[in-house]
Amino acid sequence: MITLVRRPTPSKLWTYATPIVAVIATMIAGGILFAVLGKHPVEAIRVIFWDPLFGANAGYFRGQLLVKAGPLILIAAGLAIGFRAGIWNIGAEGQYIMGALFSAWLALKMYPTESHWLFPAMIVLGALGGLLWAMIPALLKVVFGTSEILVSLMLVYVAENLLAYMSFGPLKNPEGYGFPGSRNLQDYPSAYNAELFAGTGVHWGVVTALVAVIATYILMHRHITGFRIRVAGEAPRAARFAGVIPARLVIFCLGLGGAFAGLAGMFEVSGPSGQITDSFNVGYGFTAIIVAFLGRLHPIGILLAGLLMALTYIGGDMAQLVLGLPSAAIQVFQGMLLFFLLAFDVLTNFHIRFGRAGA
Amino acid sequence: MSELLKIEGLTKAYPGVVANDGVGFSVRPGEVHALLGENGAGKSTLVKMIYGLVKPDAGTMHFAGAPYAPTDPRAARTAGVAMVFQHFSLFEALNVAENVALGMENPPPMRQLSGKIREISKAYGLPLDPARLVGDLSAGERQRVEIVRCLLQDPKLLIMDEPTSVLTPQEVDILFHTLRKLSSEGTAILYISHKLEEIRALCEGATILRGGKVVGSCNPREKTARELAEMMVGAELKVTDRAERSFGEVVLKATGLSLPPMSQFGPALKDVGFELHAGEVLGIGGVAGNGQEELLATLSGEKPSIPGTVTLMGKDISSLGPNGRRAMGLLAAPEERLGHAAVPAMSLIENAILTGTMRKPLTKNGFVDQAAAKRFADEIIAAFDVRTPGSHVAARALSGGNLQKYVIGREVLQNPAVLIVNQPTWGVDAAAAAAIRQALLDLAAKGAAVIAISQDLDELMEIADNFAALNEGKLSAPRPTQGLTIEEIGLMLGGAHGMQEATA
Repeated sequence: MITLVRRPTPSKLWTYATPIVAVIATMIAGGILFAVLGKHPVEAIRVIFWDPLFGANAGYFRGQLLVKAGPLILIAAGLAIGFRAGIWNIGAEGQYIMGALFSAWLALKMYPTESHWLFPAMIVLGALGGLLWAMIPALLKVVFGTSEILVSLMLVYVAENLLAYMSFGPLKNPEGYGFPGSRNLQDYPSAYNAELFAGTGVHWGVVTALVAVIATYILMHRHITGFRIRVAGEAPRAARFAGVIPARLVIFCLGLGGAFAGLAGMFEVSGPSGQITDSFNVGYGFTAIIVAFLGRLHPIGILLAGLLMALTYIGGDMAQLVLGLPSAAIQVFQGMLLFFLLAFDVLTNFHIRFGRAGA
Repeated sequence: MSELLKIEGLTKAYPGVVANDGVGFSVRPGEVHALLGENGAGKSTLVKMIYGLVKPDAGTMHFAGAPYAPTDPRAARTAGVAMVFQHFSLFEALNVAENVALGMENPPPMRQLSGKIREISKAYGLPLDPARLVGDLSAGERQRVEIVRCLLQDPKLLIMDEPTSVLTPQEVDILFHTLRKLSSEGTAILYISHKLEEIRALCEGATILRGGKVVGSCNPREKTARELAEMMVGAELKVTDRAERSFGEVVLKATGLSLPPMSQFGPALKDVGFELHAGEVLGIGGVAGNGQEELLATLSGEKPSIPGTVTLMGKDISSLGPNGRRAMGLLAAPEERLGHAAVPAMSLIENAILTGTMRKPLTKNGFVDQAAAKRFADEIIAAFDVRTPGSHVAARALSGGNLQKYVIGREVLQNPAVLIVNQPTWGVDAAAAAAIRQALLDLAAKGAAVIAISQDLDELMEIADNFAALNEGKLSAPRPTQGLTIEEIGLMLGGAHGMQEATA
């Protein structure tokens, strides 16, 4: 018999060790999965984790790493605040799309006027788009007590359809020869979120992600607001006793998460992606959930987890290309990471005892 | 075979603590036997082993002459052991008969079962309508459902864990009547309690546990309550020192204070009114679930009320939240320590921040001053003798008594003008309880006003100047505690809640 015994105090060691153990377990289980698919497991793991950093074409891939990690970290930093409070925003993907749509709409309306004010205005509108989209589940929860999990998730699909409509309709490039998708903002200097240092992949979104990490760290671990947010997640009644107003907390957490996701969408559409198309979103909003948990909902952890997840994205693409692994296998691999993380997480609060029942 | 239950050398160890160490005692058929001990003395572990919920590490049990080692509660019930827990396991949305059926191995058809319930409840003076929803029953009536459920199994030994903690004095009388009748028919009763007068009134034998060991056995009728208490604690008891106090101005005033129910079967507060003076300790008694939590929530500001219903030092605070009230000097300590008064997974330092930021300089421009918070936490630990390895420890790692001292200490050291506490010594050992009561009295002596909401009437008699009863959400007019008899209190508490003995 295996019994779980609750620890009196959460284990410090396991709090830090679980992400590492989970990554190792994912590599092992993933290796088995790839072996079953007829690929050499060690090679597959090497292609995913090693080659993008130190392989033949690493110079290009290292830049891509920050391009991918930026939105993941930015979104996850916002989500983690809500998760800490027990408010489950699963719809960051939709908020990400809305941020992109709002900011791209402004840029496409202004085209081709050049102005220094355009880019900052796009940033504001991107944040606003994500925030407003997140306000729908927030207000429904506050007023009618609906589940923010379901509403925010379902709104992702609404946002996706809106995105498709926009890219085939109102925002379609009038000079696009009938191809779907908007004008490319990379060709519009005032709106272009260009690489700041050549070859590094660093654009304003990556800088914003770093600022977000520092800001959320200060908020959550130094400021009384963050303390109250953490109390609300740990013990809702104690939070009310400490003067937290639940409705305000829901609005704050969903609003902040939405704004961050919207910002990520804005930087993406104006930079690496460049245009609104029906396939603009690639799942950053969902992967950010894994990043948030893999990073222990801690800003610094999220920074590291975001880089790791970005690596599996790039490495996964490479594995598809080089080894012909199906993309579904890569998604399973990424999913396993969250699965193992949550499984090993038990060890933070419990320790395992082997032996007879009740002994 | 003169013994029904015989226990020898029973031992059970948990990591870091030996809950029971070579415990032995015996119960004769028809005997009402008390298990006495402070919290953490090992009473619960012992009865859980007898009821098959916990397996002993060593030792033997004999029941009705045969070796007895129940592997689960079902085996214990089959052998003839039944247990009424302190916390009821009833479904509020189901009726009495359905609840009884859920606890039976092979329940008979509903109509037959209802008949049986009526029969038994009549025979033992426990009137119960099988068709009523449990959610509508009082705590005393709910306990009857549990007792009837046990009696339907025709047990030879009935274990009762702190059965009177939820009853009014009149309801206690009815329960004792039933227990005596059962005992006269040959059913043995193992009675767990720390209420010594009750044990002296009811039990013929007592086994006293301290630190997991049997430290004595006696006939409680031959001992005084004080002697029993000292056997239990293993030391002489300190008597709380109640200095003469004089009342000052009215500081807190409630008029026409009403609150809708906070939960489906919870009570509503109805037109509560009182005046609380500086230096006064107002004791509010009543059976749990009659509005205590609601009263604390609305006075602390967690559930603000309609304007004009609560005033603090002449100012209307009805619509202020907890922090607004804290800033003005009204502090509170709710009943539930883990999850309400304190955050279980957070350290004592963080738990000091939980309520301390309004009156202590624990933040600068909204940023938490960790050093100041640690100093405040350490100050509480030192002043209230909280046993903990340090202030970095999570709240849930502390024992109930230590955490309660910490929670009360946190509020007391903030120099409140008014302090409201709910069940300040619930589940707390005698020494810690005495320290907490003394702290409340000292606070009042310094001129603060205190409201102590408690189910423990002895406690209220000990510390309160005035007593009011909370029954079904209504608060009686406060009366001076001096000269108040236990019968009068019982009637203020709603008597037997409309229940009468069937066979009077």
